[in-house]
Amino acid sequence: MKAFTYERANSLAQAATASTEPGAKIIAGGTNLLDLMKLQVERPTHLVDINRLPLDKIEDTPEGGLRIGAMVRNSDLAADQRVRQRYGVLSRALLAGASAQLRNKATTGGNLLQRTRCYYFYDVTKPCNKRDPGSGCAALEGFNRIHAILGASDQCIAVNPSDMAVAMRALDAQVETVDAKNVTRAIPIAEFHRLPGNTPEIETTLKRGEMITAVTLPPPPKGKQMYRKVRDRASYAFALVSVAAVVDAAGGSIRSARIAFGGLAPRPWRVTTAEERLIGAPASEKTFDAVASEVLDGARGRGGNNFKIPLTRRAVSAVLAEATLT
Amino acid sequence: MDDNGHQDIRITRRTVLESGTVTAAFLLGGFPQVALSVEAADTETAITPIRVELQVNGLLHRLTLDPRTTLLDALREHLALTGSKKGCDHGQCGACTVLLGGRRINSCLTLAAMHDGEPITTIEGLADGDKLHPLQAAFIEHDGFQCGYCTSGQICSAMGMLSESRVGAPSYVTENLGEAQPVLTDAEIRERMSGNICRCAAYPNILAAIKQAAGAPT
Repeated sequence: MKAFTYERANSLAQAATASTEPGAKIIAGGTNLLDLMKLQVERPTHLVDINRLPLDKIEDTPEGGLRIGAMVRNSDLAADQRVRQRYGVLSRALLAGASAQLRNKATTGGNLLQRTRCYYFYDVTKPCNKRDPGSGCAALEGFNRIHAILGASDQCIAVNPSDMAVAMRALDAQVETVDAKNVTRAIPIAEFHRLPGNTPEIETTLKRGEMITAVTLPPPPKGKQMYRKVRDRASYAFALVSVAAVVDAAGGSIRSARIAFGGLAPRPWRVTTAEERLIGAPASEKTFDAVASEVLDGARGRGGNNFKIPLTRRAVSAVLAEATLT
Repeated sequence: MDDNGHQDIRITRRTVLESGTVTAAFLLGGFPQVALSVEAADTETAITPIRVELQVNGLLHRLTLDPRTTLLDALREHLALTGSKKGCDHGQCGACTVLLGGRRINSCLTLAAMHDGEPITTIEGLADGDKLHPLQAAFIEHDGFQCGYCTSGQICSAMGMLSESRVGAPSYVTENLGEAQPVLTDAEIRERMSGNICRCAAYPNILAAIKQAAGAPT
């Protein structure tokens, strides 16, 4: 680990101001940042610890939704009765991620900012445009079993590893932020993570010194909520494909559906035209297959990850079949 | 350098990096002034030691640490509490599991400085004198280990897991999320303990030990 100085923030203003300094980084749960610092993938020269800031509340909003503080731990969010009863897809997604120990530390804000688990991003002896812009991408012609089939570029095919964010995408969450000048902003989660394009090192639309204070969920959408995660082992593994779904169906036909995907792209993936196709459609294998084709429009395998295309097709089918089961 | 860490040579970042024990030795006991401003040789960031109070197993320890010191390294190298093990040092194996305010965490993936004044329990803090904690006794009775390297982590993790279960926290395999008190089936225990790897694969016996302890007051 490279040397750094440490500062504990006692106020949001202090944290936001301190984090604008060159080389400064905010540390929350630290489960991803410290891992990367040990490998010198991340090399901050100053750490701003926000663990003592009062951002750990889950509050009801006047609209009937929830406002989740940035420092709410993943385990506490998953176990909250309101989340379990009204946002089951979020609870399930959180519980599908990492281990109990990590969830006790990992925070809501930190989870949104976690970095990819691409092997080449982690290996500082290999080229990686995300870690070292302009150095190339070793995954394109390398081991790319876990990599993106959608939304990638010729510069980077890494996937976003979050389960939580996939559920939040299905729930149309908003990410609330504040900056050093005390300017606040609410970013729709669909606009929070960027696609790599030619700048894979820029992963979100956050500006320097802008920090996450909360995530707001609108009132729960109607329908059955599900999270299906397909991975190499039954527990404690990242998704190869995951599906967060909220499906409102009755009598064999679908009224509305939201479907977000993890493990496929550099950000939680959602295809509105596929969801629109489901409105009023019969809950049949033919419908599900058409939806899968729409979701996979433009999908491109890079060799090792070709299997994700049929796997996604089957995962969508299985989830929609279960969600529409009467 | 002598055991108290008295030395007059300049410590370079490389020296510190290459020998974790150097840092440990000069910071353990004493805290000589010479250690308080160690300049790094080949980086712009000087290592500025910070004071941290760690409350471990009911005892308060005042330490002066390199900010990079993880909670695990502080416990092992500075407080000589070597029960918590360094397996992977990346949060993947669970051997370093300790309880922070009663909640299980990976002590390798957090900085000691982040836990100033917070109550920490390690495997050394579970027994009551010579009387083993029911989980410790159950691991022995059921032979819940072979090499034993993961065992302290397994036991601390099981402690945390049983507390989580008592307050009704769900897991990925809990069928009904609305259920106030999910029953600790074998599948539930396995899922809830998935953050602790045992390369000897003593899992069936670990499960048996935890099941026994779950029925006993812990």
